Amino acid sequence: MESVAKRKRRVTMVFATLFIILFLFMVLDLAQAFIPLTFEEAFWALLGKGTETHEIIVWKMNLPRVTMACLVGSGLGIAGATMQALFRNPMASPYILGLSSGASLGAAVALTFPITILPQMLMIPLLAFLSCMATLFLVYNISHVGGRVPTETLLLAGIAVGALLSALVSLLTYMAGEQMAGIVYWTMGNLTNAKWDNIMVVGPLIFAGCMIMISSSRDLNAMMLGDAHAQDLGVEVKKVRLQLLVASALVTAAAVAFVGVIGFVGLVVPHILRILLGPNNRVLLPASIVGGATFVLMCDFISRVIAPKIGILPIGIVTALIGAPYFIYLLRRRRSEVGWD
Amino acid sequence: MLTVEDICFSYHDKPVLKNVDLQVKKGEIIGILGPNGCGKTTLLKLLNRNLHPDSGRVLMMGTDLEDISKRRIARHIAVVPQSNEIRFAFSVRDIVSMGRMPFLDRFQGESSEDTHIVEEAMEKTNIMEFADRLINTMSGGERQRVIIARALAQRPGIILLDEPTLHLDINHQFEVLDLVNRLSKEEDLTVVIVSHDLPMVVKFCDRIVLIHNNKVFAMGTPEEVLTTENMRAVFNIEAVLEYDETLRSNSVKILGSCRTVRERS
Repeated sequence: MESVAKRKRRVTMVFATLFIILFLFMVLDLAQAFIPLTFEEAFWALLGKGTETHEIIVWKMNLPRVTMACLVGSGLGIAGATMQALFRNPMASPYILGLSSGASLGAAVALTFPITILPQMLMIPLLAFLSCMATLFLVYNISHVGGRVPTETLLLAGIAVGALLSALVSLLTYMAGEQMAGIVYWTMGNLTNAKWDNIMVVGPLIFAGCMIMISSSRDLNAMMLGDAHAQDLGVEVKKVRLQLLVASALVTAAAVAFVGVIGFVGLVVPHILRILLGPNNRVLLPASIVGGATFVLMCDFISRVIAPKIGILPIGIVTALIGAPYFIYLLRRRRSEVGWD
Repeated sequence: MLTVEDICFSYHDKPVLKNVDLQVKKGEIIGILGPNGCGKTTLLKLLNRNLHPDSGRVLMMGTDLEDISKRRIARHIAVVPQSNEIRFAFSVRDIVSMGRMPFLDRFQGESSEDTHIVEEAMEKTNIMEFADRLINTMSGGERQRVIIARALAQRPGIILLDEPTLHLDINHQFEVLDLVNRLSKEEDLTVVIVSHDLPMVVKFCDRIVLIHNNKVFAMGTPEEVLTTENMRAVFNIEAVLEYDETLRSNSVKILGSCRTVRERS
């Protein structure tokens, strides 16, 4: 009995730690400006007790970006965790499987061509979602071999499809003419232009996706044992899988729509958390929300600390600089050590 | 408990089961026996609607399975599947707790009653001592017991076991089946075992359904079903079912395949 209590304590500890780090980086990131505020200045400004200038920096200039960072990070984190469980494969994530490229193709189309059926602000996430769904089904069907999704075919399918989609995005960029700089900047992952009206679109979508995933976390646990196990435990496997694939595409598309491709969040975050918390999705999915937000905020902070010298560094570069070596390390390491295989 | 009415099933136009009728009575251990590829695992999958019959129906306590949700079926029927290889580092307790899934709503946490049922299931199967071990580090026999515990945590009326002895060492085979036997007597559980393991089925089953060429070949008590003629026809072996004084139960004495016995004499 003792170790049940111990495990509960461990979960509480991990969540508490995550929230503390999240809060610290939130304030640090809110403090960023041409002349950065100190931690205390930003803290008091956030509480509405700072000077007017400080409050403008924190509330008007930085809060949209920080909010967007949290949203995008939490979405990518939980989408990664969900896809890893769904594919029964620790290497699955929105970026590795080409979903982010898929979403960015849709968004790039909406950015390049003036389609006026809907306002562009809604058109971007809509097209991003549609092309993200298409990518997901394509990659899933290519990599699905006899009821299993082997790492090799999964990665190869993701890379191949991702390469094709990236090429298409490049083609669009080339054709975009004067808008080119904006699109290039956007494909590198960029939080700088986050606006409240974008957040109003992204927020509900990511929230809805997260709710679908968390509400299926018990089903996901059973599905990790195998489809037959899950069916025997009363899970309508096909239905749940489809719901979760759609939710993953929705969240990825919403995350990519306005800030571009921020890679490796969905790979690194659930992975580290799984080492700390085990594979139980009832705990892992909520933890990936908080962890994803923390990771993206941290990377944004890093990009801004380095940035003053070289202009504003797109955050996608920072997450890739951290995430890609971690990915290589995962490939090298025997999977048994991390609780898979 | 379970009634199978005139079921036909085929994979890609290839018939697997033809006109199968079957009655499973409360509290009995019934063995579905037959050579490999005769359709017995398919029959088991039809019994909890993992597959849908082409024609005919399966009734659980009078209700057609097609009319109820998987979740409701799982509240009455638990399955111990053939392959139980699990690659993820779930703890034994995590796995057994999954048996409560059919009773919990999406956002609902486990109540103290659920915890109690889970622990009771672990005690009955003697796995309490490794409740916190990780499933992917355990042997096949231990895993089998964990999955049986998970099935018990469903508080089912019926347990379906698919080739429960297939991947087990001989001592674990008996351990697992003694356990199932004891539970069926203590809890008045209905047990359906699918197997091609003749001696095991004879030792543990009250009734046997012999499947051959996609049909029910014979059905009844072991004495009625496992006649020398039937075993020759279905398994192509020369064998006799006889009472064994040492075992104090029936046992099958297998002389050899029909051909080897013929050649020898």
